[in-house]
Amino acid sequence: MSHLLVQGLSGLASAASLFLVAAGLTVIFGVTRIVNFAHGSLYMLGAYLAYSLVTWLPRGHFPFWGGVVLAALLTGVIGVVVEVLVLRRIYKAPELFQLLATFGVVLVVQDLALAVWGPQDLLGPRAPGLRGAVDVLGERFPLYDLVLIGIGGVVLLLLWLLFQRTRFGVLVRAATADREMVGALGVNQRWLFTGVFFLGSALAGLGGALQVPRESVNLNMDLAIISEAFVVVVVGGLGSLPGAALAALLIGQLQAFGILVFPRITLVLVFLVMAVVLVVRPYGLLGKRPGGHAASVTLPEPPLAGLTGRGRAVVALALVLCVVLPPFLGDYALVVLSELAIAVLFAASLHFIMGPGGMASFGHAAYFGAGAYAAALLVKHAAAPMEVGLLAAPFAAGLVGLLFGFFCVRLSGVYSAMLTLAFAQIAWSTAFQWVEVTGGDNGILGVWPSAWAVPKLAYAYLSLALCLGGTWLLRRVIFAPMGYALRAQRDSALRAEAIGIDAFKVRWLAFALAAAFAGLAGALFAFGKGSVFPTTMAIPRSVDALLMVLLGGVQTLIGPVIGALAYTGLHEQLVRVTELWRAALGAIIIALVLFFPRGLAGFRRA
Amino acid sequence: MLTVDGLHAHYGRAHILDGVSLTVEPGEVHVLLGRNGAGKSTTMKAIMGLVPPSAGRVTFLGQAIAGRAPFEIARAGLGYVPEDRRIFAELTVEENLECGRQKPRDGQRPWSVERVCELFPSLAAMRRRPGGRMSGGEQQMLTIGRTLMGNPRLILLDEPSEGLAPVIVERMAAAILALKAEGLSVLLSEQNLSFAYAVSDRASIIEKGVVRWGGTMAALMTDEAARRAYLSV
Ligand SMILES: Nc1ncnc2c1ncn2[C@@H]1O[C@H](COP(=O)(O)OP(=O)(O)OP(=O)(O)O)[C@@H](O)[C@H]1O
Ligand SMILES: [Mg+2]
Repeated sequence: MSHLLVQGLSGLASAASLFLVAAGLTVIFGVTRIVNFAHGSLYMLGAYLAYSLVTWLPRGHFPFWGGVVLAALLTGVIGVVVEVLVLRRIYKAPELFQLLATFGVVLVVQDLALAVWGPQDLLGPRAPGLRGAVDVLGERFPLYDLVLIGIGGVVLLLLWLLFQRTRFGVLVRAATADREMVGALGVNQRWLFTGVFFLGSALAGLGGALQVPRESVNLNMDLAIISEAFVVVVVGGLGSLPGAALAALLIGQLQAFGILVFPRITLVLVFLVMAVVLVVRPYGLLGKRPGGHAASVTLPEPPLAGLTGRGRAVVALALVLCVVLPPFLGDYALVVLSELAIAVLFAASLHFIMGPGGMASFGHAAYFGAGAYAAALLVKHAAAPMEVGLLAAPFAAGLVGLLFGFFCVRLSGVYSAMLTLAFAQIAWSTAFQWVEVTGGDNGILGVWPSAWAVPKLAYAYLSLALCLGGTWLLRRVIFAPMGYALRAQRDSALRAEAIGIDAFKVRWLAFALAAAFAGLAGALFAFGKGSVFPTTMAIPRSVDALLMVLLGGVQTLIGPVIGALAYTGLHEQLVRVTELWRAALGAIIIALVLFFPRGLAGFRRA
Repeated sequence: MLTVDGLHAHYGRAHILDGVSLTVEPGEVHVLLGRNGAGKSTTMKAIMGLVPPSAGRVTFLGQAIAGRAPFEIARAGLGYVPEDRRIFAELTVEENLECGRQKPRDGQRPWSVERVCELFPSLAAMRRRPGGRMSGGEQQMLTIGRTLMGNPRLILLDEPSEGLAPVIVERMAAAILALKAEGLSVLLSEQNLSFAYAVSDRASIIEKGVVRWGGTMAALMTDEAARRAYLSV
C-alpha cells in the first residue's frame, strides 16, 4: 500500500516536470501553429544554464533558486531570439517545413551546447536543504521530488490565473481558437507570438533547470524530453493547456506504475497510450478539431509527367555509369556508392507516400530500422545467410508498416506527423530496451554479407541493383492504377471515394509498400556496416529522409533521387570539413526553409 | 470617409473582385447588395486586409490602407463584423468583448462592456457565459459588440440579419440606427432588402465582383428594373 503511494508520488513528480515542458509546447503551438522541435533543446539549455549558474553562484537557498529562475528567464530570452530570427519568417510556410526548421535549431543548439559545456555528463549540486528524504507511511521519498510536485502545482495555478485573469491570457486563448480574427480586432500578433514564445521557452527552461539536482545534465536531454513532451501534448490535445496537465498526470502515473508491471517496455507503453488515444480521439483528450478559418485554398497538384527525351538520356547515362564505373573505384568510393544507392531507395520510399500519397511521415526510419533489425536478427539468431535476410527484410518492414500505417493514415497534417513520430519512437525504444534480443545500445554485431558479396565491388553492385530496381518498381507503381488511386485521394478524398476508390485502403497499402522498400534499404545498410544499432531508427534518420525528399522536391519523380544524392554528398562533405557539422547542417536546413519556404521544387516552378 | 477604388482580389487563381469601387460618407449607412456569391463578403475582407487585394486603392480617413495588415487597419478605426460571426467559443461574453477592446479615440465616447450591454440588453444577463453556448442572435449581438469595443469610426457589417428570427432582425435594425445616430458610419452587406431599406441611406449593388448600380436607397426602391436585374433570384 505505502509502496503504491510512493510510486504514485514519484509519478506525480515526473508529471510535474513533464507538465512544465509540455505546457510551453502546447501554448506555443496553440497560438503559432508551429510544432516546435527545438522545445526540447530549450529544456536542455535551461538545465545547462542552471548548472552553470548554480555551480558558479555561492551556495545557499537564495542563490540556488535565483539561479534556477534566472536560467528559466534566460531560456525564455533565447526562445525569443529563435522566434525573431527564424520562426517569425516562416509562419506561413507548410507545416513540414516549419518542423524541419525547428529541427535545424535542434542541431545548432546541440553543437553549441557541446562546444560550451563539453561531451561529459555534468552533475550539479543538490538543492540546499532538500537533500534528504521524507517518511511516507514508512517508505522514503526524496524531499526534492515533493517540492517539485509543489512547484508543478504552483505553476499550473499561475498559468491558470494568467490565462483567465489577464488581457494577454485572454488574447492567447482567443488566438488559439482563431488568430486571424484576433488580428482583425486590432491585436498585433507579433507581440502575442513573441510573448508566447518567451513564456513557453521560459517554462521549458524552468523544467530543465529543476532537473539539475535530480539527474545529470547531458546532450541527450533534448530529444529524450521532446518525444515525451510531444506525447503529452498530443494526448492532451494540441494547444490545450488543461489537456497538457491531464496528459502529464496520466503519462507520469503510467511511467511510475508501468515500471512495476512492465519494467522492460515503459517507453513503448507511453507511445502505445498515445497511439490508442489518437485513434479513439484523433484530436487528443481535450483538443479541438482545428478550425477551418484559413483563407487558403489548396489546388490539386499538377499531373506528374514521365521523363522526356533529355531526361531519359540523362538517366540512361547515369545507369551506364553505374555499371561501368565501379571497377575503377577504390574501396572507400565503393562504400560511398553503396550508401548513395541505399539513400536513394530510402528517399524514394518516403517520397512515394509524401508526393503521390500526400501523407507526411516523420518516422520513416522505423521501417528502415525494421528491415535492418529483421535481417540482423535472422543472421544472428537463426544463422541465416545474407540472401534470406535481404528477402525477409522488406516483408518484416512491410508488416510493421501495415501495423503502424493502420493508425497513421487516418490522420493528416501535424497529427499524422506526430503519430508517425510516436510509432518510430516505439520501434526505437523496443530496439533500445529489449536488450536480450536486440542487444540494446550495444546493437547487433557481425552482420556480414555472404562470402561472394564481401568484396566492396560486389556489394556495391548488389546495392545498386536492389536499390535502383526498388526505385524503379516504386515509379512503376505510381503510374499503375494503384498510383492513380493514390494521387486521386490526395487531391480530393471525397471525389476519389465517389468514383469508388477506398481512400483508406489505398493510403494504407501505399504506406506498407513504402515501408517495405525502406526495409530493403535498411537491410542493405545493415550488411554494409556489418552491424545494427538503435540509432538506425532514431529521429535524426527520419529527418534525413525528409530532408532528401524536400530538398529534391516533393512533386517531382526524380526529386528524391537528386535529393538523396545531394543530401548524402553534403553530409559527407560537412563531416569531413568541420567538427561542428551538425550546426552547419542545421544552419543549412534553416536557410533552406527561410529562403525556399515552398521547397526547392516549388521555387523552380514559381 | 471610406473610398474603395478599383479593388481586385483573388482566391488562389480564381478572380473574385474585378474592380469594386464605392464610397461611404461620414455618418451614413451604406448597403452592399447582391446575390449569393456576388462578392460582398470578399469586398469587406479585402478592405480589411484579410484577403490581400491584388490591385486597387482603399482610402480610409485620408490614409491609404490597401496592403496593410488587418491589425493596422483595425487600429486605424475600421471595425469588421464577419458574416460567420467568429465568436471565440471557449471565451465568456466579457472575454470576447475584451478581445476587441482598443484605446479610446479622440472626440468619441469610448465603448465599454456596460455600454455594449446597454445597446444589447440581452447580453447583460450572460456576461459569464461561454460564447459557444449562445443562440445565433445573441452571438450576432456579441460579435457586433466585440467590434464596437475597438471604438471604430466605421464598421463593416457582413449580413447581420442572416439566419435570425424576425424579432431579432428588428432589434438589429434598431441597434444599427442607434449607432448611426451616434455618428458611426456603416458599410453593411445584406440579402434582406426590407432590412436594408429600414436602415440604409445609400446602396451599391455588386455582381460578379463589380458594382453595377449605385444610388440612394429611395431611388433603388423605385427602380424595379435594377432590382429585378441584380437582386431577384
Ligand atoms: N475561401 C474561399 N476560397 C475560394 N473561393 C471563395 C472563398 N470564399 C468565397 N469564395 C468565392 O468567392 C465568390 C464570392 O464570395 P463572397 O463570399 O464574397 O460572396 P457573397 O456576396 O458574400 O455571398 P453570400 O451572400 O452568399 O454571403 C464566390 O463565388 C465564392 O464561391
Ligand atoms: Mg457573404
